Amino acid sequence: MDIKFALETFWSLAAALPLTLQLATTSIALGSVLALGLALARLSGILALDLFARTYVFLFRGTPLLVQIFLIYYGLSQFPAVRHSIFWPLLREPYWCAVLALMLNTAAYASEIIRGGLLSVPHGQVEAARACGMGRLMIFRRIVMPQALRQALPGYGNEMISMVKATALASIITLMEITGVAAKLISESYRVIEVFVVAGVIYLAINFALTRLVAFAEHRLNPQLRPPLPISTELKGETH
Amino acid sequence: MKKTTAIIASALAVAAGLMSMPAQAEDKNWTKVTIATEGAFPPYNLAKADGTLDGYEIELSKILCDHMKVECTVIAQSFDGLIPALNAGKFDAIMAGMSATEKRKEVIDFSVSYGSTGQAFATLKGGDLETLPMKGELFSLASNEAGARKAVDELKPLIEGKTIGVQTASIAARFIDEYLKDVVEVREYKTTEQHDLDLVAGRVDFVMASMGYLKTTVEKPANSDMVIAGPRFQGGFLGAGSSVGLRKTDPELKALFDDAIAAAKADGTIKRLSEKWFGFDLTPQ
Repeated sequence: MDIKFALETFWSLAAALPLTLQLATTSIALGSVLALGLALARLSGILALDLFARTYVFLFRGTPLLVQIFLIYYGLSQFPAVRHSIFWPLLREPYWCAVLALMLNTAAYASEIIRGGLLSVPHGQVEAARACGMGRLMIFRRIVMPQALRQALPGYGNEMISMVKATALASIITLMEITGVAAKLISESYRVIEVFVVAGVIYLAINFALTRLVAFAEHRLNPQLRPPLPISTELKGETH
Repeated sequence: MKKTTAIIASALAVAAGLMSMPAQAEDKNWTKVTIATEGAFPPYNLAKADGTLDGYEIELSKILCDHMKVECTVIAQSFDGLIPALNAGKFDAIMAGMSATEKRKEVIDFSVSYGSTGQAFATLKGGDLETLPMKGELFSLASNEAGARKAVDELKPLIEGKTIGVQTASIAARFIDEYLKDVVEVREYKTTEQHDLDLVAGRVDFVMASMGYLKTTVEKPANSDMVIAGPRFQGGFLGAGSSVGLRKTDPELKALFDDAIAAAKADGTIKRLSEKWFGFDLTPQ
């Protein structure tokens, strides 16, 4: 392995890092909102919403992301009706097509993770909250959501990591993110090992940072994992 | 160990000597030449319904052979076996739309080029790039680099800020990189079909690819909105074009072909035949 070439490669690939991060964060952020909506639709008890959410998850979880990206980018643009619609300024851009595909895909997986989290909250707690006179929204905000989030976080962390790696597929619709630049460098230099090793290291670094963030959030949301707070002197004084 | 290698080497040398003997006897005075083609790469070469061969190269080979005053037989072979079979002495020359690449030049010799399609631009009908100047004009990076650069400079203000689609790692991509990088936005595609789709969808303003490819592409019904525009470029790193493939041991035959191709270029035969088969002039410059 040529260290000098690998270093040059690193700087070329690092220039593509912002696009990769942008793709991942935008699609995860938008996807999580959609996922919450889908999870609530599944649990709403309204047949039409439930069926819609089930069908959505079935379609987007059952087909490859690559196929979805191709269909959204090359497929939709085949219809003149789409090209003349108000959505065209967005769908014209490869960036937004990639975000759309990634977001729709992650929403399907994440909605199931969130649904699992919501279902894990013991029913007795909801009943107790209701007995205290809390409204539906307040129960959701104060009782159900914090616990559901805590339960869903490890699974959701997994999903975020796979999204970071899934951004690599955006290179097939001309986006020059890390994998796109790597493929271009390889076709120019014919040096597969150096380029892909460096690209792999960059993805590894992103996901390392991401797992630390998720671990930190998990720590914050689980007070029982932290050492107990020392009992303050003031409280001690009162026992006398 | 060393001994066995020496024995094998000498045996090979003897065998090679035996094999090259009849060829050497012929070298001085070529009267019969067998040319191999593929017969499945229209319009360069194709097999008609009755099994006989036809195409640009078949017609051209007849004219070249007349000029060389040799009797030619054209046979069809699968493309990937052509070079090994040539070196094994199954036939004497290859005319199969084969480009003279550096890699191939390591194993066989090539005549001068008898057809270069060059690289061209395509855009959408009715777009503002359809009327690019120098339509159909050909500039060679090999023999007229200054002219090519001047043509590029003339194009620059007209295509400033436009988006161009090219295939990743293609010679078109290299052309854009060397001549137009600072004025256009480049999008790179895995295949040429993909940039055609995006051209028709309006995501890119124009594309650059081989003229031979674009010519057949714009004729497809799905691409009825596509049109070839502006000048063409060839030569230099864009490739020398198709040439006759020959054994390295037959320099006399190469001289004969070079001479015949030069004559066919001079008297307009190549222009006439390529316009008949391709619809545009393939004469290398």
